[in-house]
Order: sequence, then structure tokens, then C-alpha cells
Amino acid sequence: MAEVKLMKGNEVIAETAIRCGCDGYFGYPITPQSEVMETLMLRKPWEETGMVVVQAESEVAAINMVYGGASCGKKVMTSSSSPGISLKQEGITYLAGAELPCLVVDVMRGGPGLGTIQPSQSDYFQATKGGGHGDYHLIVLAPASVQEMSDFVALGFELAFKYRNPAMVLADGVIGQMMEKVVLPDYTPRWTEEEIEKISGSWALTGKKKNREHHVITSLELEAHRQEVFNEKLQRKYREIEANEVRYEAINCEDADYIFVAYGSCARICQKSIQLARQEGIKVGLLRPITLYPFPTQPISDLCSKVKGFMSVEMSAGQMVEDVRLAVNGRVKVDFYGRMGGVVPTPEEIVDALKNKFSI
Amino acid sequence: MTEEIIIAGFGGQGVLSMGKILAYSGIMQDQEVSWMPSYGPEMRGGTANVTVIISDERISSPVLNAFDSAIVLNQQSMDKFEPLVKPGGTLIYDPNGITHHPTRKDINIYQIEGTRLAAEGGNPKIFNMIILGGFLKVKPIINLDNLEKGLKKSLPVRHHNLIPMNIEAVQTGMDQLITVQKL
Repeated sequence: MAEVKLMKGNEVIAETAIRCGCDGYFGYPITPQSEVMETLMLRKPWEETGMVVVQAESEVAAINMVYGGASCGKKVMTSSSSPGISLKQEGITYLAGAELPCLVVDVMRGGPGLGTIQPSQSDYFQATKGGGHGDYHLIVLAPASVQEMSDFVALGFELAFKYRNPAMVLADGVIGQMMEKVVLPDYTPRWTEEEIEKISGSWALTGKKKNREHHVITSLELEAHRQEVFNEKLQRKYREIEANEVRYEAINCEDADYIFVAYGSCARICQKSIQLARQEGIKVGLLRPITLYPFPTQPISDLCSKVKGFMSVEMSAGQMVEDVRLAVNGRVKVDFYGRMGGVVPTPEEIVDALKNKFSI
Repeated sequence: MTEEIIIAGFGGQGVLSMGKILAYSGIMQDQEVSWMPSYGPEMRGGTANVTVIISDERISSPVLNAFDSAIVLNQQSMDKFEPLVKPGGTLIYDPNGITHHPTRKDINIYQIEGTRLAAEGGNPKIFNMIILGGFLKVKPIINLDNLEKGLKKSLPVRHHNLIPMNIEAVQTGMDQLITVQKL
């Protein structure tokens, strides 16, 4: 059996990247995710697997290095926290527009602006509704444990290449900073030039051979109708992702009268709230979106006939609750409880909020 | 079994590493563990605390507002965490620097003079292990074999020669625990 380790979420991001054959990491330090690059620099993967690790001169430089690596069919990634992710948005929308696979890790902290270094989930809109300009989506995975920090690095790369689309791991300061048990994946070698040719040879910049046309990586198309055709192609891809890639976890939902909807660290806190509420005889369950885009609309919709209401619990002013409302579409009551500014809600206050808002 | 513990004191006292040793020792016993530090803009001399949970079951929230045990190493932490010990729970503290001693009547209270004992032993660095010994005397959730394994896992190999000294410090803590109030 693989060894069980005790590691921080951020350290696990770095370790798993090395193990799943990542070709390059480009980043710029920011709390609460600086351990990602610190771990990579300590591990020196360039000596072991040949993986490149660069501390870029800025977040903008880092995301454009990702653009360059991804253009060549390489498995590349960056990580940052909220203000740094804002700086990367231009690059992210270009990556989406050029249909390039890559992994972006966001360990969220409070905002707006430089905000605070404490945990937050106030970048849900930015992650799931765009962030940059133009009609695009990232595939957004929300880990709720250190083990999932590991699992979703591998899954993020897999989905990014499957759909030629940037994927994001959207964590928060709690998941990044906490230590838990983790079983890391076995080493997968980095792709050889031949493997890249096989996997991404139809589009990647692998060196023009005589027997093929030039590959052009761009997000620019000045002819409106051709751009619209491309937009329609992107939208078909997003519908396919929505049809095939929804992931969620339902906990104690079978007999529940009320459902918490929460992701990441809030989903963990809500599990404690469920224990407390059930001790008082209040039947509560948890619907935990694992993919925030595509959002688990149907599973929430399916619960509407069985429950009295939903309460979205977030470390934000109320962002994901909008998607919950769209899924519920007025059939039962949807309410919200959140904390902001880096304050992490306690299990007890979530139970109190449920009782207040639903007059239990 | 689930034990929800807060360890709180000054940065530099070894609060986070004590938590890490506890967590690793829990893994050595095949238990579920979580270790959640406060990570504010803190530095040596500022406050530091860590929530450690050791359980036979899947751990729900790593962030808590009520604790089975509080290990308190300065006055600010006493003010903050004495009220958060669950009724019937346990508070262990080093009286060094404490001006307002705990007053609750519904919890078990113990003292461990870690600062004094470490100074007398001539090695302030074993302070946190003395405290840990005091805790394990009250709450024997980790046996000494697994603690030694946990130490091996959490200390770099170059420091493994210090493990016997650390185990001795744990023993000192166990021997020197003072019961203030037992329910």
C-alpha cells in the first residue's frame, strides 16, 4: 500500500504536480499559497523528472509562460491566490480563447483588492463566470480535503487535455494551510516528444513537418462571422462538459428536510453542523459541488421535490447561492449564510443561521 | 474516539510542531487526523495556535469553536480559549506568565510548569514536549511507541539523535503534571 503522509494542501499541490508528469510550473509567491513554489524549489524536480520551475517576475509573466508551454502541448501550470489570479485573468482568457490546456490553482483569500491573507471563497464568480472577458468557461474543481488537493491536480490536467480547456483548482486558505493524511499518486513519467505528438499533434506547436500545415495558436479572429463560428464551437464544448463532467457529493441527503449547499472548507464545516443539527432532531444534508463549473444543477433540482429548503453556505457575500437559486427555480426556499473578510464560520453559527432563516 | 484539541501560545514556543507530532502519532495509530494552524501575519513572540483533531472516523470540520482539550501557553490564549472548552472538557496550562488563572467550574484543569522545567533541564527547546507529556498523562490518546514513531516522521533525519531527549521530556511532563481541578 502507498505510504500515508501528513502534508499541507499547498505542499500536496506541488508534490502531485511532480508525480503526475507536469512539465512546467510558473508562479509568483503570495500568501496563502506560497508553499506551492517553496515545495517545488526544495524538491528540485528539474533534477529528477526534468520539470521546469520558474519564479517569474510577476503573475502576468507567469501566466504567459503557461501560455507558451501549453502552446507546445506541454503539461504546464501556475498557482496563486486571489489578487494574483486577478492579474492572470488576461492570460487565462487568452488560453481559453486559444483552446489551450493548462492548470491554474487559486488558493483564495479575502478581497476585494489586496484584502486579507485569511481564507475566503469570494472568487466564485471570477472562477466560474469568466473572470477575464469573452464568453468562456474554465473547468473548476473545488477540493475539500488535502487528499482532493492531490487528486484534483491529476484530474485537472486530465480534463484540461480532454477538452483543450484551462482547468482551475479553486481552494481556499483553509485547505491550502491545513495538514491531513494524504496518499500521493505513483509517478507518471513526463510525456515524451512522441507522446505529445500523439496526444496534441493535431494542434500543438511541435515543429512543422513537411507533411502538415502550420499550426497557429491564437485567440484573434478579425472576421466577425468566423469568430462567431468559433464561439459556437466553444459553446458546444461547454455543453459537452456540462453533460459529462458534473461531479458532486451528497451527504445525509436521503432523509433530509433541509440541504446545505457548500464547497471546499465550508463543506467540511457544514458536515460538523449536520452532526450538531441532527442531535437536535433537525434533518439536514449536504450537497457538495465538486465541480463548480459545470455546476451540479440537476442533482439540486432533483432534491427539490423532497426537501423544504436549501441554504448555501459560503465564505462570501453570496455568490454560489445564485446558481443554487437557478437550479431550484423558485420551487422551494433558497437562503444563504456567509462570512466575509477572512472570517471562517463556526459549525454552531451555521446551525443557528439555518434555524433563524427557516424558522425551525 | 474523537479528540478535538486546541494548542495555543506564543510563536516560537513550538505550538505548531507539537501539533504536528500529535497528528503524525495519530497516523501511526491508523487514525484520521487534521492540523489547522492560525496563519495570520504572525511572527516570533506573536500568538500562534493550531487545531488538531484525532479521530477513528472521517473528520468533518477542521475549524472548530468548541474543544475537548485546550493546551494554553500564554495569557492571551487563556482569555481566548478557556471559554471554548466543552463542559466536562480539559484545560492544561503553563502558569508561567499567567496572571488570570482559569475560573470555570465545569471543566478539568491541570498545570504543567513547562517553562520552569525546561529551564531547569537546561534546554528550553524541550518545553513543548514537556507540555505534550502533561497532556498525554491526562489524555492517553497516543501511546509512547507511536509517539516515538510520530517524532521520527515529523523530525528531519539529522535530528533523530534528539528523539531520546524528547521522549525523556515527555516523561518529565507526565511525572510533573499538577491537578488543579478534577470533576
